[in-house]
Amino acid sequence: MNLLLEFFATLKATVTDVLPIISILLVFQLVVIRKPIPKVKQVGFGFLYVLIGLALFLLGLEKALFPLGKMMAQQLTDPSFILSEQSTSAAINWTDYTWVYIFAAAIGFSTTIAEPSLIAVALKAEEVSGGAIHANNLRISVAIGVAIGISVGSFRIVAGHPIHYYIIAGYVVVVIQTMFCPKLIVPLAYDSGGVTTSTVTVPLVAALGLGLASTIEGRSPLIDGFGLIAFASLFPIIAVMAYAQITQTKTEHRKYKKR
Amino acid sequence: MQAQFIVFFKALLGSCKDLLPIILVIAFFQILILQQPLPNLSDVFIGLMLVVLGLTFFIYGLEMGLFPIGESMAQAFARKGSIWWLLTFAFCLGFGTTVAEPSLIAVAKEAAVVAANGGIIENNEQVKESYGDGLRLTVAFSVGFAIVIGVLRIIKGWPIHYLIMGGYAMVVLMTALAPKWIIGIAYDSGGVTTSTITVPLVTALGVGLASSIKGRNPMIDGFGLIAFASLTPMIFVMAYGMAIGG
Repeated sequence: MNLLLEFFATLKATVTDVLPIISILLVFQLVVIRKPIPKVKQVGFGFLYVLIGLALFLLGLEKALFPLGKMMAQQLTDPSFILSEQSTSAAINWTDYTWVYIFAAAIGFSTTIAEPSLIAVALKAEEVSGGAIHANNLRISVAIGVAIGISVGSFRIVAGHPIHYYIIAGYVVVVIQTMFCPKLIVPLAYDSGGVTTSTVTVPLVAALGLGLASTIEGRSPLIDGFGLIAFASLFPIIAVMAYAQITQTKTEHRKYKKR
Repeated sequence: MQAQFIVFFKALLGSCKDLLPIILVIAFFQILILQQPLPNLSDVFIGLMLVVLGLTFFIYGLEMGLFPIGESMAQAFARKGSIWWLLTFAFCLGFGTTVAEPSLIAVAKEAAVVAANGGIIENNEQVKESYGDGLRLTVAFSVGFAIVIGVLRIIKGWPIHYLIMGGYAMVVLMTALAPKWIIGIAYDSGGVTTSTITVPLVTALGVGLASSIKGRNPMIDGFGLIAFASLTPMIFVMAYGMAIGG
């Protein structure tokens, strides 16, 4: 019974979030395009499914994953956990945080695989490319990118380096890759940076950043806690282009062998 | 009926697979590293079931509703041939979907607290609220602007990498000029703008446009709208920081 009430509360919140989008679509469809929506019944049901799905999804995350994930982020960054392993050193060293980096990578990878907007883009990419791009391979590449990104981002918070050096270095890598990468993948790779960070990833990653920044001396949670999301949206671009390059090299190699 | 049931069941199974990594990661760290029991297992189990169901419904609705409407509207605009209406639609879609985005509201609130604590703005509710609202409007405006530029690119067939590299150059330049306290927030604001509903719609819009305009390739020209939407907020938010002062 309680669960049902919670579901309706989440559904209401989801509808409120989506209402502006639906009204923009309707206004333009009716006032500017002035044609009935093709397959209006199917589209209507589609929207209904999306709303119900998102509400269930968010409610489930709130019930199961977020509390656990956030708690674990706090516990792993807690000095008492970090120092119990390395009790000899008084000052905190960046090498003491190995489990944090591993956790960051693992949580980055796994939340990205479950990210609904990435699933959407991957499905579309597979359809548009006529199957040349596999939705699952694309998702795994993006997830590897996020994993590395969040891990490096956590290291940055622990080490206390300024964020823009990392981001600018990342940009340089992206620019160099763009020159050598198959042209077809470039726009998709750029897009994959933006889609990775939404419903599932952001809350957990934010908890990790906040936990790290608030337990390390000299870091301000309000200043250093930000920035992990930026890492999570830069590294997938690099990972997807790398995936395309590896696939291309492989097919060329195969062609060469056949000859 | 039975065939439909099988399709649904397969989709459910797919969602389970999508969720498996998270379950494994959490179980591994909880049990082996932190060495603590999983608290209230029944709650966790119910929650996971809801997530699996929700993901399945979402993907169903995606293919039935969000993708078709995005593409049919893109085609209708392309047939109508009015660039101005298309660009107005693009701006509204970008602005409208971002301004009410819950994660953006949360970030704007936190950013206001940072600014107040840092002595950038006065530490009272009214000032903080207007600062947060200003930040939110800045980001929403920048996303609207991004979709407009992105749609214009599809129509004109400009290669994406020059635009993105130009954007990167702007980010680097602004980073040098903008006050230090805004940089982390600005960089993050690029990531939080693109929500779960916006992404499929905008992707379908781009692909739909690229496939209904002659000479455009949906793969090369259709993607890339989201890339702009995550780049421009960084530039605009840093500009906002400079305008506020500091």
